[in-house]
Formats: sequence, C-alpha cells, structure tokens
Amino acid sequence: MKKITTKFILGLFIALTFTSCREEETIFPSLDKSVAAPRSDGKIEGFYLLNEGNMGMNRASIDIFNYRTGNYTTDIYSERNPTVVKELGDVGNDIKIYGNKVYAVINCSNKVEVIDKWTAKRIKKIDIPNCRYVTFYKDKAYVSSYSGPVAINPNAEIGFVAEIDTTSLEIKRKVNVGYQPEQMVVSNGKLYVANSGGYRVPNYDRTVSVIDLETFTEIKKIDVGINLYSMQIDSRGDIYVSSRGDYYNTPSNLFVIDTKTDEKKMQLDIPVLGMCLVDDLLYFYSVSWSYLTNSNKVTYGILDTKTKKIISDKIITDGTDKQIMIPYGLQVNPETKEIYITDAQNYVVTGYIYCFTPEGKLKWKTTAGNIPAHIAFITKN
Amino acid sequence: MYNRNKVLLFGLTLFTPFLLYSQASNDSIRKLKEVILKAKPYQEVIPVQSLSGKLLENLASHNVADALRYFAGTQIKDYGGLGGLKTVDVRNMGTHHVGVFYDGVQLGNAQNGVTDLGKYSLDDMESLTMYNGQKSEIFQSAKDFAAASTIYLRTKRPVFENAKKTNLLVRFKTMSINYFDPSFRWEQKLSNKVSMSVSSEYIKSNGQYKFRYKRNNLDGSVAYDTTATRHNSDIEALRIESGFYGKLNNGSWDAKVYYYDSDRGAPGAIVENKFSDGFRQYDKNFFTQASLVKDFSKKYKFQAKVKYAYDYTHYVARDTTNILGEIVTEGAQSDDSYYQQEIYFSAVNMYNILPTWDVSLSTDFQYNKLNATRKGIQTQFSFPQRYTALFSLASSFRLGQFKALGSVVGTYVQEEVRYNAKAPDKKEFTPALFIGYTPFKDYDFNLRAFAKRIFRMPTFNDLYYTMVGSSTLRPEYMNQYDVGFTYNLPMVNNGFLDKLSIQVDGYYTNTKDKIVAAPTGNLFRWMMTNMGQVKGKGIESVLNVGMHIGKVNLATNLTYTYSESRDYTKFAGLELSSYGDQIPYTPWHSGSAILNAGYESWNFNYSFIYVGKRYNGNVNNIKVNEVQPWYTHDLSMQKSFAISNYLIKGTIELNNVLNQQYEVIYNYPMPGRTLKFIISIEL
Repeated sequence: MKKITTKFILGLFIALTFTSCREEETIFPSLDKSVAAPRSDGKIEGFYLLNEGNMGMNRASIDIFNYRTGNYTTDIYSERNPTVVKELGDVGNDIKIYGNKVYAVINCSNKVEVIDKWTAKRIKKIDIPNCRYVTFYKDKAYVSSYSGPVAINPNAEIGFVAEIDTTSLEIKRKVNVGYQPEQMVVSNGKLYVANSGGYRVPNYDRTVSVIDLETFTEIKKIDVGINLYSMQIDSRGDIYVSSRGDYYNTPSNLFVIDTKTDEKKMQLDIPVLGMCLVDDLLYFYSVSWSYLTNSNKVTYGILDTKTKKIISDKIITDGTDKQIMIPYGLQVNPETKEIYITDAQNYVVTGYIYCFTPEGKLKWKTTAGNIPAHIAFITKN
Repeated sequence: MYNRNKVLLFGLTLFTPFLLYSQASNDSIRKLKEVILKAKPYQEVIPVQSLSGKLLENLASHNVADALRYFAGTQIKDYGGLGGLKTVDVRNMGTHHVGVFYDGVQLGNAQNGVTDLGKYSLDDMESLTMYNGQKSEIFQSAKDFAAASTIYLRTKRPVFENAKKTNLLVRFKTMSINYFDPSFRWEQKLSNKVSMSVSSEYIKSNGQYKFRYKRNNLDGSVAYDTTATRHNSDIEALRIESGFYGKLNNGSWDAKVYYYDSDRGAPGAIVENKFSDGFRQYDKNFFTQASLVKDFSKKYKFQAKVKYAYDYTHYVARDTTNILGEIVTEGAQSDDSYYQQEIYFSAVNMYNILPTWDVSLSTDFQYNKLNATRKGIQTQFSFPQRYTALFSLASSFRLGQFKALGSVVGTYVQEEVRYNAKAPDKKEFTPALFIGYTPFKDYDFNLRAFAKRIFRMPTFNDLYYTMVGSSTLRPEYMNQYDVGFTYNLPMVNNGFLDKLSIQVDGYYTNTKDKIVAAPTGNLFRWMMTNMGQVKGKGIESVLNVGMHIGKVNLATNLTYTYSESRDYTKFAGLELSSYGDQIPYTPWHSGSAILNAGYESWNFNYSFIYVGKRYNGNVNNIKVNEVQPWYTHDLSMQKSFAISNYLIKGTIELNNVLNQQYEVIYNYPMPGRTLKFIISIEL
C-alpha cells in the first residue's frame, strides 16, 4: 500500500510537469495558403473578406485573396496594425472599397475602420454606434445605424444614416430614417435605405426611406414589405430589396422598386436572403428555418433583371452545395464571373470560403475566419 | 447498518483534520455532533469531496463559487468583477446537470437553469460537499437522485457552549478594491429543544479594478500595452437569513427564511473601442423552506420537506453615446423583468428490511411559474407553468465486502402556457447503480464503480424564448460511468502524520440530444434543438494529508484533474469544422492546492489554483482560439485574541499574489492582486 501511495504522489508530480505556464501574448499572425493558380489577367487584384466574428469575442478579422499569387491569407489586420489595442474589434458587418480606402463597418465596436487599400494599415477610426452598412456617392460615404434617440420604449429608437466626408473622414450630417436600417443604394442623387425593424418583432418596419442627398432629408417612405434587408440596383434604375419575412407566416421575399416613380413595382415571390448583382444577373440565396423538419431549407438562384425571370434555380451545379451548412456571403467577380460563397457553419466555429467557376463547379475551398461574410474586390487604379 | 461505534470511528477518520484545527473554538460537543451528522453508511460508494471547518473558513474565498474551484472535476465560469456571474460545471457535463442544494433543498431556476453561485456567501457556511452521481444514501428526496452531480451547501447551525444562550458575531470586511461588507450573526437558544439564528450581510462596492492587455510583436517588442479600469462591475447587495432548529423524539426539524436583494452591474466583454457598458441586473430572491426527519420505529424513518421560492430579476440595457451632439442609444436596448415562483414538497420513507438491506421511496412534487413584463417587446410571452412529479425507488444492500446502491427515478412533467404552443407532457425513467467493494480487511481501501443515466428538462427559455425557443424540444440525456478508489492510510499514533487519504476516479460521460442552439439564416436568430452530442472522459485525484509538527497543525488538500470532452455535434448530417474538438473552456489539466497551518491562535493558509490551456467560445482547437493557462496564489493569515468575553479574529488576505492578469472567460478580465482585511468579534 505504501508503494501505491508513493507511486500516486509521483504520478501527481509527473502530471504537473505536463501542465504548462503562461507565455507572453503575441499579436495574431496571418496565415498564408496557396489555394489557386496565379493569374495575371484583368484589373481585379484580389479581394478582402471580412469575417464577422461572434458577438463578445472581439474576433472580427480580415482575410485577403491575391489573384496574382493565388494565395489566401487569413487574419491580416493584427499583423498590419500591431499597435491597435484589441485588434479589429467585435462583429464586422460590412466591408467596401472606395477610392484608395477600405471601409470596414464594425458593429459592436461602434466604429467604421478605414484602412489603406494596399497596405491595410489604419487611416482612421470613425465612431458610429451600432453601425450596419456603408455605401458611397461622390465624395461621401453613407453609414446606416440602428442607434437612435433614447425613447421610453426600449425598441422604439429610429435609426439614422451618417454622412462621412471621404477626404477628412469626419461625420458631416446625419438623418433619421426608419427602424433598424440595413443596406442602402444610391440613384439619381437619392439614397434608398431598407428599414428592417428587426428589434420590433413582430411589428417590423416595412418601408424604404428615400433621402435627398442635397438637403439630406427624408423625402419619402415607400411601403414595401416587412423586415427589409439587402438591396441591389440594376443599370435601368430598378432596386431589388429583399424581405426576411417573419420566419412564421410571411416568407422571405424579393421586391422591385422603380426609382423613376419611387414606388414598389413588383413582388417577385422568391425567397431571398443575400444577393449580388453583376451585369444583368442577380445571384441570390435563401436560408429558411423549417419547423416541420427542424432544419434549414437552403435555396439558390439566378434572376435575369431584364425579364425579372429566374433563369436558374442553381448557382452551384456540382453538388458542393450539400456541404455548405449556412451560406452567408455571396459575391461574383465582375470580370471573371467566378462565384464566391461563404459558409458560416453554426456561426460559432471557423467557417469556409468556396470559389466556383462561372458554371458553378468547385474551384477551391479554404478555411476562413469566424463567420466569413463580406467580400470587397481590390481593383487596380 | 453499521453499529454506532463503527460509524463514529469512520467519521473520526474522515474528519480528523477539521477536528484538529477547530481548537480555537474549544467546543467538543459540537465536534461530536458534526461527526454523527456526517458519518453516513455507504459513504465510500460514491466519490465525494468536502470542505468544512477551519479549512473552509481560512480559504480566502468568500463565495461558494470560489470555494468550489478547489474540488477536482469542477470548472467555474467566472465573468469577473464583483457583480459578475459565476456558474459551476462538473465533469464538463454542463451547468444544467449540477444540482445545488441549500440546506437540503435544491436551488432552482426554471427559467434558464443556471444558479449563480457567486451570490451565495461562505460566511455562514458550515460545509460544502460535492458528490459525483448522487449522495451516498437512499434516505433522500427524489430530487437528490435526479442530477448528474450534486453539491450540498450546508449553513452553520447554532451550537451553545455550557450555559450560554446567545451567540453573537459581528464581522467587517474591506479590501483594496473599494469594498464595504459588514455582517452579523445572532444565535439564540429558545428552549432545550429549539434554537434560532439570524444572519445578515450587506455588500457595497464600486467594483472598479485595473486590468491590463498587453501583446508583443512576433520579434518580442511590445505591440501594445494598455491598462484600463473595469467599469459597471459594482454591486450593492443585502442578504438576510434566519433559521429555526428543533429536536423531536427520535427526530429533528428545521425551517428557514432567506432573502437576497441586489443591484449590480453585469460587466460585458472588453472589445476594441468599447471598454465599458451599462447592462444592469436587479435581483430579489426570497425563499422559505422547512424539513422534518423522524424515526418512527427502529425500522421506519420518515422525512418531509417543503419550499416556496419567489425570484424577481430585472435586466436593463440602456447604453447611450453621443453623435454630432445628440444623445443616441448604443447597443440594443432592453428593460425586462421576470418573476418566478416555485412550490416544492417532498416525502421520503425508508424501511430497514434487514440490518444489511434498506429500501426507500421518495415522492416529490414541484410547481414552477414564470411571468414577465418586457418593455417594447410586442410578441406574446408564453407565461409558462410547469408541474413536475418525481418519485424514486432506491435500495442499498451490503453483503460481506460488497455494497450496492440502486435507484430509479421517474419524472412526469406537464406544462401549461397562456400563449403560444406548449411543450408536450414528458415521462422519463432514469436508473443508477453504485457498487462498492472493500477487498482488504486490514486496509481502509475501497473500490467503487457506478453507472448513472440522467436527463435534464429543457428550461423555460429553451422552450419558450421568443424567436429562439422550441416547444418541441426533448430532454437532454446523459450517461455517466465512474470507477475509482479511496484509500485512507492507517494512522500511527506517535507519528507526525495524522491522516492521509487518496481518492482517484476515472469517468466517462456521453451526452445525447444535447440542447444546443442551431443556426438559421439570421445570425440574431437561433433555434433550440436536440442536435448536440458530447463525449467526455477524465481522471480526478485528490490527496488529503493531515499532520502535526510539534504544536503546528498542518492540513493539505491537493487535487489534479485531467479532462477531455469532445463535441461530436452534426448539423443536417454535416460535421462542423470543429468536429471532435475539445469543447470551449475545458482545460485538459487543472489542479488546486490548499495548505493550512495552525499554531495556537494563529492560522496561515496558502491556496493555489491552476487551470491549463483551453479554447474559447470559438470552439475550433486552433491557435487563434487558445486561452492561456491561469494560476493564482492566495495567502491568508488569521489571529484570534480573547479580550475579556470577546473573541476577536483578524484576517489579512492577499489574493492573486503574483498579480497575474488573467481571464477565465475570454474578454472578461479578472482582478489582479488584491488585499483584503477582515475583523470579526464574537460574543
């Protein structure tokens, strides 16, 4: 028995030596992976991908894909901006490039991070609470925000759009829009804002705010449908706005607004969550929860914006779609027409990015960050 | 049944160290009582860990959660700050599978199933005991049988020396973080058979402490190094507790009332550009409970318990900021109040068929109700009510060197809702079998093994939370298997070693139909499902040594835990990118040490906690998700003085001696080195 005791105590000490001590924490290094063959044609040099990162985790991150090398590099922000305390921030929501600047909208860090297009180094941080999406017109950037005047009712705050000067990167003006505004498009000196009312379940907002950019006032509210979310505009001035529905009785839908009359023109009865418009084709996908099967129903499609008819109920043609758990980001390279779809998995773990040929065949797939979502193409000046 | 002498002897062996260190109180009657109370037959059939007496008193821990860290196999999720949430997880099976019992009756939370153990003070605690599986006896309520692990918090009972009729204790604590904590405890002997106690504690703190974030470049130079103050971690809390304790012919009864009221900040994650937030939580918790135990004959014992609880929680999120000179909201706003009520009855009957064979039948009934008012939320709240009936049939049997204990718990649940769909009725049967074997007559060496199947009901939030809850959820099932031994070294009368005991257990757990949130197309919208599957295994070891060198008494408690718990959840038949990875915040290696030395009226305590490398909530076991190990050293020194009739105790504590800047939960920084002073006066 004595022997057993000695052995046990010895074992305890051996176990302790396996345990390790703290190390000095370092910045998050990027990771390079060759995923595709290098190509030298075209003006698009690559793209930035914004991983949203789960709320509270402070793990929004930026990946970059370089067409010239065929390398996909994850998490470049920390390495390029080592002095920024706590890195990129919490919950990335949008990324877009305008001029030589990249605008990353970081929702729960209440800021728009402006970085240089080529070096990814911080130019400026613009504080905007609960910011959602960004769009541009002339020398201004427009950022939608859920924030609003404090009301007695906790979910009654009316959101706003902030106008930012793209040279000074200062907020110049702001205008109140509808409840929980999401994506925006600009046409004819007017800004169209999709209001979701997502905090107001089940009394969603159902309007698109029309803002005159000269006076920066709301000149109209177009009644469209509940829980509006994404927006695209085609070359003929038709705006496509998606509704997420109420997840129960009213399904997700796609509406068309005519910018000549600023009226709702069509209801296409297609479930759409995210979309991307290239030339005259609108690529879209939808994820809807089914209470019957306790699982998600995922659909894809391509709509011809000239005829408003679906020309394909598939984007992916080789069966790879069955591997994608939750399609979350969709982007089509306007030059090569290659299709990028991100898989957010369960929003908690590391997600994937898939690249498909214009015909919908898998070209490559690689690991991105947590909730890979938004893609912005880097074009040669 | 053991004969009385054996029981006493066994108890003495088990609790010697605590007896040895309670010399200051010089209360032999009390010691004897405790021993009788605690020495239960079949103790060795189930892995048990306990902290009590001086060891608990001098631990430099002030709430239940902090003390439970010293048990092998437990992990505390600590969100930092004085008002922060602290929950306990045993064997990585999930907080929901731990039953926490306060003076014999379970603390419940039908709304979210989480018990915040940071709220329970150690000041009036006599002992903390944790059992893997269930308590080693069959004379207990059905709820005691119905959890995967059970933790018993036992508050102090009045003990009166000689002809004393009143005990009064006044205590004051303060620390280097703004902190003001007066408390008192009054015990009164009402008659020979009835005594009472009243205790109360008030805590006020602004909760502000410094934390530091530092990262280096890969070449070793400093990338950033920033120190900031933790905000919104303040607390103001009042606890009032009163108990009555009575003796009967061949029995006893007790009754208690508990009230807790707090107003606290719920500090959020520290993220880039947002180092403070304004999430507030207001609590009012009230419960009253009573129990009665009586031996009606030599063969028949009866026990009854009753409880009523009312819990009010009010959450307010009202962060604001300034943009272009206008005050606007920052994050999502909320102002929600929840009102929970619980009524509980239990009756236990035990019959002694043969001296070696007992059977018991327990029947419990519980009613839960949840009401809510939620400002600005326009969906209908379900207003759920739940009726739970539990019964358990258990038997213990001894044959030579073998002991066996078996139980089966039946649970019947029925719910009602005012709005929305209600969950269907549920009927569950869960068995457990425990076997003990003492192979050597000459050694106090006990082998044990158990298998237990258990389930947890979906909480009201799981079933009915707006846009997330799913009323079709099934219970979550868990199978737990354990093999282990306890060895108590024989004591040598003239040696310096007073006690040495070793306990080692290996376990395997398998959770099926685990209730997890499934993703939908909208990030802000999840659906609760039964998709999860987790398999875990581990080894827990405890070494307990008591010795004396001259007049110095030493007690040591060392633990080491190895644990593995891997997630095999699939969504729609697909493996997640984290398939097979260790679940979040589960260290492979963890351990603790307590060293306590007593010399006359001095007491010195050193305690150490180690939690090894683990991964954060992003799950994948990759470098970017890694959370560093943390380890803290705490020191405490206590001196008692007697001035006329007063016994004065002064304590100085130094927590986190090496000022380690660590996080238990990613982005929730913990306090660095803090100094604490405690003075108490006993009359």
